[in-house]
Amino acid sequence: MVKLIVDGKEIKADEGRSVLQSCIENGMFIPNMCFIKKRQHPPASCRLCFVEIDGFDPPVTSCTEEVREGLVIRTDTAAVRRLQRTAFKLLMSAHHCEPKHCPVKGNCQLIRIAKHLNVGLTPKPLELLERDVEEEVDFAFFTYYPFRCVLCGKCVYICRQINGHNLLTFANRGFDTVIAFFGSGDPARFPCHRCGACASICPTGALVRKPECKRASGVTP
Amino acid sequence: MAELVCMTVFESDPEERAVLENVAAMLEEFEKQRGNLIPILQAIQDKHSYLCGGAMEMVANHLDVALGEVYGVATFYNQFRFHPPGRHQIKVCLGTACHVAGGDIILENFERKLGIKDGETTPDREYSVERVACVGCCALAPVAVINDTVEGHIKPSRVEGIFVQFQVEREREEREEAERESSE
Ligand code: SF4
Ligand code: SF4
Ligand code: FES
Ligand code: FES
Repeated sequence: MVKLIVDGKEIKADEGRSVLQSCIENGMFIPNMCFIKKRQHPPASCRLCFVEIDGFDPPVTSCTEEVREGLVIRTDTAAVRRLQRTAFKLLMSAHHCEPKHCPVKGNCQLIRIAKHLNVGLTPKPLELLERDVEEEVDFAFFTYYPFRCVLCGKCVYICRQINGHNLLTFANRGFDTVIAFFGSGDPARFPCHRCGACASICPTGALVRKPECKRASGVTP
Repeated sequence: MAELVCMTVFESDPEERAVLENVAAMLEEFEKQRGNLIPILQAIQDKHSYLCGGAMEMVANHLDVALGEVYGVATFYNQFRFHPPGRHQIKVCLGTACHVAGGDIILENFERKLGIKDGETTPDREYSVERVACVGCCALAPVAVINDTVEGHIKPSRVEGIFVQFQVEREREEREEAERESSE
């Protein structure tokens, strides 16, 4: 156990944990989209989890910082908020938020972050990015909605963790990047029947299990 | 590239079967190392001018990586194509100068005219459309390269003209063919 100070409050954390996870486990929310507990090398791709740590000059991503005895951390400075709001607006420029049709409804991570950062759910003042992607893509067991996907990569990671040979992957590049699903052979033999981890971990409602495939429980390791 | 983003089910036709047999032979030359993924894909494309689903599946099996990994890498790079090239290859430049001069509008014109997206081939294999980076004659932007002919300062109306030309050419070929046959 180490002790650190977050926003003036002392918290205890297990050694080897990230600052992000330790804060969240102590009931202090830090915006995050790409973080997965126990992941060896966090991709730090969403750029939402910034904090300031005494002794570091610019803000750092808390998912990649390990806790150490005596760290003094602030999660709400002006510099942190500016970075987070920009990152959030960039995400929202590619995520078409339509709460009425969204399967995520109440417990949406993006809505939670918007509230926390005190900003709206539109990309304003940025423009909505017009991407040349389909509305819906059939992934055999799932429906994928590229317009909701923030490319956090959690689904790809979890699929690889569970199955070794992942069925989900990133495809294309740049603005055209999407998640793709590749299985070969007979779908009846795909692991997805008893898995469903990807749809469970997706924070945005971009990957939704088809109603007829609902029975799997959704495993999260 | 939308149709790539889905499950692959392989019903190989005779053409693809021949390709796959050859790919199987090629794979033996490559050690089973992840690092060989790109060289293998390049070798297959060099030989067969495109990557078919079956070939990518064989590569995945050979290297013992997920099929998705092979697709992920292959779709990342512009150099790989997933459709056989058409008899007439249309390359629209989207390099900086051409992009600024409206190259994307030209590309859209070709796509709409043929009913395919860039990187695809018409079902009759007559035409394929792709986007390329600077072809080296920026002063002529926007540029398209049709087969090996450079079309400079290309306008949407010219797109129409190009197809009329192809049409005329095809009719002439057909006429000559018919004449040859009747004189034999
Ligand atoms: S259900 Fe499981 S195996 Fe299937 S794509 Fe999702 S994570 Fe991968
Ligand atoms: S589908 Fe969901 S989990 Fe996967 S990258 Fe998109 S937002 Fe993230
Ligand atoms: S959670 Fe740290 S960058 Fe996404
Ligand atoms: S940018 Fe098109 S020829 Fe240079």
